[in-house]
Amino acid sequence: MIGFGASELTEALALLSAWQALPLTVLVPALGALLILLTGRWPNLRDSITIATSLTLLWLVLPILIDVAQGGRPGNRLVEIFPGLPLAFKAEPLGATFAAVASILWLATSFYGIGYMRGHHEENQTRFFACFAVAIAATMGIALSANMMTLFIFYEVLSVSTYPLVTHSGTDEAKRAGRVYLGILLGTSIGLQLVAIAWTWTVAGTLDFEAGGILAGHVSEVTVAVLLALYIFGIGKAAIMPFHRWLPSAMVAPTPVSALLHAVAVVKAGVFTVVKVVVYIFGLDLVASSTMGLALAYLAAASILIASLVAMTKDNLKARLAYSTVSQLSYITLGAMLATSAGVLGGGLHIVMHAFGKITLFFCAGAIMVAAHKTEISDMRGLGRRMPFTFVAFFVAAISIIGLPPMGGAWSKWLLALAAAEREHVLLLATYMISSLLNIAYLVPIAVRGFMPAAGEGMGEGWRIREAPMFCVVPLCLTALATLVLFFAADPLLAFLEPIAPPTPEAP
Amino acid sequence: MIAVYWQTAMAWLTQLEPHFAPLQVAIPLIAAPICVLIRQRRIAWFFTLVVTWVTFAIAVALLVQVRSSGDISYAIGGWEPPWGIEYKVDLLSALVLVIVAGIAAAVMPFARVSVEREVPNPRIYLFYTMYLLSLAGLLGITITGDAFNLFVFLEISSLSSYVLISLGRDTRALTAAFRYLILGTLGATFYVIGVGMLYMMTGTLNIADLATRLPALQNLRVVEAALAFLLVGVGLKLALFPLHTWLPNAYAFAPTVATIFIAATATKVSVYVMIRLLYTLFGGTDFFATTGVDEALVGLGMVGMIAAALIAIFQRNVKRLLAYSSVSQIGYMVLGLALGNVAGLTAAILHIVYHALMKAALFMAVGCATTQARVVQIEDLAGLGRQMPVTMASMVVGILSLIGVPLTVGFVSKWYLLQAAFVAGDWAIALVIVASGLIAAVYGWRVIEAAYFTDAPEGRAEVAEAPLSMLVPLWLLTGLCVLLALNAEWTMTLAEEAARALMNGAAAGVVP
Repeated sequence: MIGFGASELTEALALLSAWQALPLTVLVPALGALLILLTGRWPNLRDSITIATSLTLLWLVLPILIDVAQGGRPGNRLVEIFPGLPLAFKAEPLGATFAAVASILWLATSFYGIGYMRGHHEENQTRFFACFAVAIAATMGIALSANMMTLFIFYEVLSVSTYPLVTHSGTDEAKRAGRVYLGILLGTSIGLQLVAIAWTWTVAGTLDFEAGGILAGHVSEVTVAVLLALYIFGIGKAAIMPFHRWLPSAMVAPTPVSALLHAVAVVKAGVFTVVKVVVYIFGLDLVASSTMGLALAYLAAASILIASLVAMTKDNLKARLAYSTVSQLSYITLGAMLATSAGVLGGGLHIVMHAFGKITLFFCAGAIMVAAHKTEISDMRGLGRRMPFTFVAFFVAAISIIGLPPMGGAWSKWLLALAAAEREHVLLLATYMISSLLNIAYLVPIAVRGFMPAAGEGMGEGWRIREAPMFCVVPLCLTALATLVLFFAADPLLAFLEPIAPPTPEAP
Repeated sequence: MIAVYWQTAMAWLTQLEPHFAPLQVAIPLIAAPICVLIRQRRIAWFFTLVVTWVTFAIAVALLVQVRSSGDISYAIGGWEPPWGIEYKVDLLSALVLVIVAGIAAAVMPFARVSVEREVPNPRIYLFYTMYLLSLAGLLGITITGDAFNLFVFLEISSLSSYVLISLGRDTRALTAAFRYLILGTLGATFYVIGVGMLYMMTGTLNIADLATRLPALQNLRVVEAALAFLLVGVGLKLALFPLHTWLPNAYAFAPTVATIFIAATATKVSVYVMIRLLYTLFGGTDFFATTGVDEALVGLGMVGMIAAALIAIFQRNVKRLLAYSSVSQIGYMVLGLALGNVAGLTAAILHIVYHALMKAALFMAVGCATTQARVVQIEDLAGLGRQMPVTMASMVVGILSLIGVPLTVGFVSKWYLLQAAFVAGDWAIALVIVASGLIAAVYGWRVIEAAYFTDAPEGRAEVAEAPLSMLVPLWLLTGLCVLLALNAEWTMTLAEEAARALMNGAAAGVVP
């Protein structure tokens, strides 16, 4: 479907070649950040630059998507850091998808962020938008990197650039949270992931992402187990327990940050890296045959359930959503650890589906905070009558997160459950199902009770609409709508992703 | 007319070219007493500036010569080695010469404002005299091929740096200098005892000559003892972990320019001497394998990396914090050189270069902050991220490099050190390396948090950005910290070639 009319589209929009666009996807947001800093004195101009940059980024990602859909694997190497280890980009289906999701949602968040930051009278908006743009540049770098070293570099840039966003308010509480955030993310990445990368380089002699993996034939069973554990725990952004504490901590950030970065860019960079490592560093066979893979799958399952249970106990909406994210991220890690085609594809699909669903939920949380100044769920009863669009969008997105049709989340959960069934792990299959039930329990009541009368009010009270600013409401309606569209668009998306893990590798 | 002058100058240079090796040391050495005669502080500064730049140019020329036509050997006074004193430049020493002379040259533009602020005006010319002497000493240590001549230069550089430190305004600088004097003299004495023992057994002082004679004598207890004396002596000079106690106060209370120069060069040159001892002087013997020297150094290196970094966390004085960080980073170099494989030695050599750059940049940034805002403690940095954005940005780069974050030079050397640990097949070492980086993140983050996420104290006067004469050298070094990481190939090839040459030299020596 994407291939249809590609050449006309290319011509009409004057698109670049994919290989040209690749490094620019990092450079353009980075330059945008610089311009934002320089124009900080004129807020309207500054915010226009944010929008213009995100539109340019979409324009850059489009040719990459088209090329990858047509089977191309565009690449571009910038500089050789060490002999044989370049800073290089290469697009493949999973990365292109991640890049597309992040850039589309950045556009939505830019609008939303402008509405939110102004509506909430936040300070230091220039630093905020500049760091945001740097974080997106890093995300693009992660999505489109050609080797593990490039990915690692951008992974670290992402950690550091989001620190000022987390501690935005500058309070002592924010600073403490920021320390936990950076401590865990830097600690795991330097302490474990870097060791794994250096070891991989020593045994395999390369760090390039290659179909089928680069480790096969170079390592013993034990080494695979140790390396896999180092990678999975070292990728702290995937928030597998016990390295998940940074994510709830990050919730002190302004809501647009929680929405795009801690529901999409940062956390998805984590699970994206997990999938990437499993598919292109280890290769599915190596992970499937490793006992450590299975052990980590069970750990991910435990993560799913425990995080869901913790989410139920949280009354603060953002905290509840954060634990829900921890749980949903482990869905993807579990899928990758199952190391079947369905597991990996389901994981890839879930990156997309969960992104749209969760960002909508966070947008709603922020809209409620801006319009009604409420953060606790118990105070939100009856609020839906004032903010019907927000609460309907919340409901739609919640259905998608739970994984019910007709929302996009249904497909990814279906594939993930299928993977568990294929590997004949009844407990893991049950985990997926029980967790869905828990999702219902902690998400749906928020939306439903929003439409119930607040305590002390009769049903007859009128519906006086007092929504958040349009800049906030329109983006969240659109992303909610997108979860619906994705239900029907899942097939072409799956076809796009399929080359990373073809269902029957033996067939010619 | 100009063309004629140009030609004459070129002809002159061509004539001088074979004598670059002795000139490398002779120029700053002779310039030092001239500086005393000048007395006027501005002229003394300018004179020193010119001398350091010429010295740097010679160092670069030597590196080019070595790259194009191989090792240089120069017999001082025409007395052929091993009888006379030999100056010997190979790839490793050329690299160290460039970094030492380069730092000395880069610091000079920075020095004018900073020194006038921190050193009593009537003594400024003495400061520059000692600076030149110290430079001459360090270059001499690096270039000489004679074990006793090395001791002489070691003393020249040490004595002059005691004076440099004691010129600080803070009276604690005097006790710090005295402490350094006692321990430094002990170190030098140990070294010369070691050299004496070797001379007693072999009758030669030339390092290359010693290297060929020692394998035959390696079973003798005296030679073993000599190695022990030499290592402890050099260990004191390079502040190897338990022998580091002179360093923190010396760095903290010396005038900033002295701190920059000593921190970036003196310990590095001592690490160079240790490499020379182990890989050239004793390269032909199998001491490395049989006496447990390697294990001892690996162990001390690792303990230093962790312990000094932990101590750094609890420092309140910025310069002391960076000083303990230096002790920790020296651990990296010692670990690298003691692992006994090419990757490790490469990492050590790379870290000599890189750490010189980043520590010089960091101390320069502190110097800017001290000059402009009287920063001494970490809390004093509050709000400076906004008020001195250029200086503080450089500080951030420096700290990220200390941690070893990708895209900074610190990452490159750490990457090689990790490789070395895997090649050596030792897991624990790899973990210690990353753990040390993480502790660096903790102490580094305290500085960043103070500068960027704490508001300036009420009532402090508006702070201006440092003058260009300070910012340009600062960013020159900071820029190198990033550029050399973006394209690590250049420094890496040099370091790896040097490491291979040392290894091969050592391996060749085994066969008599």
